[in-house]
Amino acid sequence: MSYVAQRLVTFPLILFGVSVLVFVSIRLIPGDAITAMLGTEAGLLTPVQRQALAVYFGIDQPMWSQYLHWAGGLFSGDLGISVTHGKAVLGVILDRFPLTLELALLSMVIALCVGIPLGVLAATRSERPSDLVVRLFAMLGQSTPSFVIGLLLIYVLSVVFGVVPPMGTFTPLNVDPLANLSQLIFPAITLGFAFAASVTRISRSAMLDVLGDDYIRTARSKGAAPRSVVWAHALPNALIPVVTLSGVEFGYLLGGAVIVEQVFALPGLGRLVLDAISQRDYALVQGSVLFIAMNFLIVNLIVDMLYVVLDPRIRLASR
Amino acid sequence: MNGTPHELPGPQAGRGQELRERRLTGGTSQQGKHIMKWTHTKRLLAGLALATTLSTAIVLPVEAASLRMAWAQDATGLDPHKQTAFSSQRLLELIYEPLVRLDPKLNVVPAIASSWEFAADAKTLTFKLDPKAKFTNGAAVTSADVKASFTRILDEATSAAARSNFLSIESIDTPDAGTVVFHLSKADAPILVAMATINAAIVPASEITAGTIGTKAIGSGPFKLDSWEPNAKEVLSANADWGGGKPGLDGITILVLPDENAILASMRAGQTDFALLNDPLVATLVPGEANMQLNRVPGLAYNVLQLNPSRKPMDDLKVRQAISCAVNRQDVVDTALAGEGAVTGPLTMPSFAEDPNGLFCYKQDVDKAKALMKESSSPDGFKATVIAATGEPPYAANEAQVLQSQLAAIGITLDIKMMELNVYVDAWLAGDFDMAVAQNGGRPDPYPMYNRYFTKEGNLVKVSNFSDDELDSLLKQGQAETDPAKRVDIFHKFEQKLVELSPWVWLSTSYSYSAQLKTVSGFEGSPTGTLFALSKATIQ
Repeated sequence: MSYVAQRLVTFPLILFGVSVLVFVSIRLIPGDAITAMLGTEAGLLTPVQRQALAVYFGIDQPMWSQYLHWAGGLFSGDLGISVTHGKAVLGVILDRFPLTLELALLSMVIALCVGIPLGVLAATRSERPSDLVVRLFAMLGQSTPSFVIGLLLIYVLSVVFGVVPPMGTFTPLNVDPLANLSQLIFPAITLGFAFAASVTRISRSAMLDVLGDDYIRTARSKGAAPRSVVWAHALPNALIPVVTLSGVEFGYLLGGAVIVEQVFALPGLGRLVLDAISQRDYALVQGSVLFIAMNFLIVNLIVDMLYVVLDPRIRLASR
Repeated sequence: MNGTPHELPGPQAGRGQELRERRLTGGTSQQGKHIMKWTHTKRLLAGLALATTLSTAIVLPVEAASLRMAWAQDATGLDPHKQTAFSSQRLLELIYEPLVRLDPKLNVVPAIASSWEFAADAKTLTFKLDPKAKFTNGAAVTSADVKASFTRILDEATSAAARSNFLSIESIDTPDAGTVVFHLSKADAPILVAMATINAAIVPASEITAGTIGTKAIGSGPFKLDSWEPNAKEVLSANADWGGGKPGLDGITILVLPDENAILASMRAGQTDFALLNDPLVATLVPGEANMQLNRVPGLAYNVLQLNPSRKPMDDLKVRQAISCAVNRQDVVDTALAGEGAVTGPLTMPSFAEDPNGLFCYKQDVDKAKALMKESSSPDGFKATVIAATGEPPYAANEAQVLQSQLAAIGITLDIKMMELNVYVDAWLAGDFDMAVAQNGGRPDPYPMYNRYFTKEGNLVKVSNFSDDELDSLLKQGQAETDPAKRVDIFHKFEQKLVELSPWVWLSTSYSYSAQLKTVSGFEGSPTGTLFALSKATIQ
């Protein structure tokens, strides 16, 4: 069985585990959909009123029965109905996903475009002032919380320049590319800053390792141009840890960048899950987390496949 | 003006211009001004090429008379009989109407009903309906709709939030399409005020039969709901057939911006015209903005330290009184609420409120508190846990910390337990706490406000864990009495007794805030927090 097929076989098992875990944990948290809707006024309900609401929210049945009912629907692609949105969970998720996907991609592009060149620069000028500046940037990026960067950006934009990115709604790329970019660029910079810092650090240390390898010395001794040694010989081999890191980070971002979505008021997947938890919209929490887990598995699979492309030795070893 | 797009002052022409002008201080020559202006402009352009490019997309055309509004918390549903969340009620008040409503001074004024009359024994209440009242589906509002709405509210299967306020309704007569008569089982003067909430909205009988209340929002209010994307956006358009006249706005678009600092930034940039604010620290920044105005209205809700008299040692009157005497209420307001509130007794509504300084131990008296503690069952002090909800209200943690430090002076060690809101509500409803920092909703009438907590049959007596014969009797007298002056006397006695018994320590009222650009006019805030006055608002 091929490596990919082996991984695909494990998918259902992992998703089953995730579904049970989410199903149980969201119900173990005190409070339910009734208190989420009525707050302290829920105390005014008579037992009959409370039972009527429990039936409405589908929480009147025992937990195992609720799980079987929900899991049964999964086989036909039915993730249930969101009581908050009044429509199918899958539809709600797919409405929010384009924003999250685009934001994750844009952040990754920013991170890679900034992080890899900086990492290479720092590695080739190790312990020189430019290396120290890059390391300082990386340290700042990793240690500054994204909400601080986001709020600072919004504050500077609004106070100094009198503009803010359009907030609250999402304009899809195919509807108005400029409006779309103006909306996502600053959140993407906010996310990309920390992401770029991690990429910088990883690519710097990987490049330092590779630049000390024998084959680099050989290339140099054969008179290869310094630029060619760095970018053509060393970098491809230094990229494997960068791909690993990017895969993991991208997988996280596909789960929604909750803080940045809150600060920039973007209706993405992260906010969807957060709101669903606080409103105890069980079907939506379960469906969203399952969808996020699935994305994570797919991204990991793609990363594994990329290793093979980047390092043919992996392909040869598996034969 | 409808449908005429126009561009708001752009970031360069508006805020940038204002900034440039602010930096040019008096005494500078005209030529110097030009040089400074040019240098500054160059700096701006150089530093912000990206933002400048993007701002062409950021400045979107808008409808002249449509209000762009923002709030941090979205509505949670569309059924007016079930929704109790603040944002839900504010949204539904724009779409639905009750029989009567409260004006900003909390007087009962007409809504769907044009007039009403209590019988002398306060057991019959007759309403005449406004013949102009019409639902947005084109049907007139009739007595049948009123009867169907109240029948729905009283039906336990509906789970209506306000059902307990209307239990005295014995039967409803509809002698003609424009008259409704409520027959009550007992004298119930506060029922009229209880009807002035959106939880007693009149909905079409046809929609009740169809089972579409909560999915289709068909009301008779000044606006109709065109679309709702939960936790993201609502679009409302003016109801041209509204019985109250034509609204001043063509529509309202409400966006959910979860961070209130972002709301302020959005207003600064001219993207949002009107916003609801919850955090006093954000609200206090508004007056510093040249293009904005803050509407600040004392609310009916009250901040309180709830003691649990079913647990030791809070079952001891002397301990409770010691706590009340040890608390410096003004200090709590100044420190935890940044001064944004007023010390209050239990009665927060202006028509019933009295000077809190006359209430038991409202001036901090630590010596008296210590003496009471010495005489109590816990002369050496005790440890207790106080629960508070994270972010609800935004200053809950601050209040708990100030109280913790004040009570330490009389030997009480408070352990603060912050909880997610729903977890807190669960513990609060179960009465599972030693003490709780809470912000409880107020009512325009004291009876529905405190009947739930402090009568023996109150629905929330499990939360207060406290009842007293005298309090019980005073509340019942207040319910039956129809003479306004006598009601004030009764409830003042109730308030004084309640504070003296100190089951809870009332602290302060806080303000309800809205912020608007100065291009918006005609809005007047209300202690109930209602946004109904947006029906009269206009925008330049």
